[in-house]
Amino acid sequence: MKFLALLALAALAAGCASAPKTPALFAVVPGADGHVGAIVVHTDREDLVINSAYGAQRLKSDGSVEATRLTAADVRRDFGATLDALPGKPATFILYFLEGKDELTPESKAEMDKVFGELKRRPLPDILVIGHTDTVGGLAFNDRLSLARAERLREMMVGLGIPAERIVAAGRGKREPLIPTDDNVSEPRNRRVEINVR
Amino acid sequence: MRKWILVAALAAAFPVAAADVGLVKVSKGSVQIQRGAAKMPAAVGSGVQASDVIVTGADGSAGITFSDNSLVSVGPNSVFAIDKYSFDSTTHQGEFQGNLKQGRLAAVSGKMVKQSPESMKIRTPSAIMGVRGTEFLVQVDEAR
Repeated sequence: MKFLALLALAALAAGCASAPKTPALFAVVPGADGHVGAIVVHTDREDLVINSAYGAQRLKSDGSVEATRLTAADVRRDFGATLDALPGKPATFILYFLEGKDELTPESKAEMDKVFGELKRRPLPDILVIGHTDTVGGLAFNDRLSLARAERLREMMVGLGIPAERIVAAGRGKREPLIPTDDNVSEPRNRRVEINVR
Repeated sequence: MRKWILVAALAAAFPVAAADVGLVKVSKGSVQIQRGAAKMPAAVGSGVQASDVIVTGADGSAGITFSDNSLVSVGPNSVFAIDKYSFDSTTHQGEFQGNLKQGRLAAVSGKMVKQSPESMKIRTPSAIMGVRGTEFLVQVDEAR
């Protein structure tokens, strides 16, 4: 019985070794921010780490493996259509407001077109708009103000043609300052709206 | 606390079927989702579930965002099965086992890999790949 099982295993192993493998290619590419990560390819013989930009391992039909390096042109030619379909990475943008108002600072007004352009570029975006305040004033006042700031930006996005049902606006009041301060401190960097999109 | 509020707000705003683990964000040419015996066109906005198979035609390509923010796209003439997918938005623990049977795939890993390297795996007919991060490509040629 034991002998039979061993024989069967041996036959299986022999079968594996001789069967032609499906050729495959694995590669690491740099991210939009230039970051280069790592992947590990586990074959039945070895574990191969790829951790350089455009580093690749090619598995051949005879079971052999070849370390190789792609060029940006190779990637464009072979993976162009695939990469074009990759959805945009989740991103966060921050816009700043005038003290006590739901009106953007002149700098953030100038920045707005770029941010909205980025939002519009994404098909079917999920957008979360969160308003914040500095610590000047009471809790209820700041809750209202933070929501007003978020709602203001939401309206602007809808005005630009982003479907309203894709955007959620919320206010966090003075609960989550970017720069921690004492109560009743005017701090421009805390008067902001965070826009999260994915 | 902050994460909880975000999750609650998102859940309220974008109701999806409880079983959905991802969303089709890009769909070009012929793209189908096979779910059990059913086949449906993978239009933009379609939910994707564990054990779905994404199949593209010669002119097809598709991009999917998963709930841990990992991104996967498949190119023309591809067959990509989501063998397993789970993700806990509180602990960021999860398991993503994709299976590229044929064609081309590009991917960017998400929160689960950041939490536990190699929790995302892509199986191919001849090898299994573990993802430590972040952007990578896989191509499986037709068996000769």
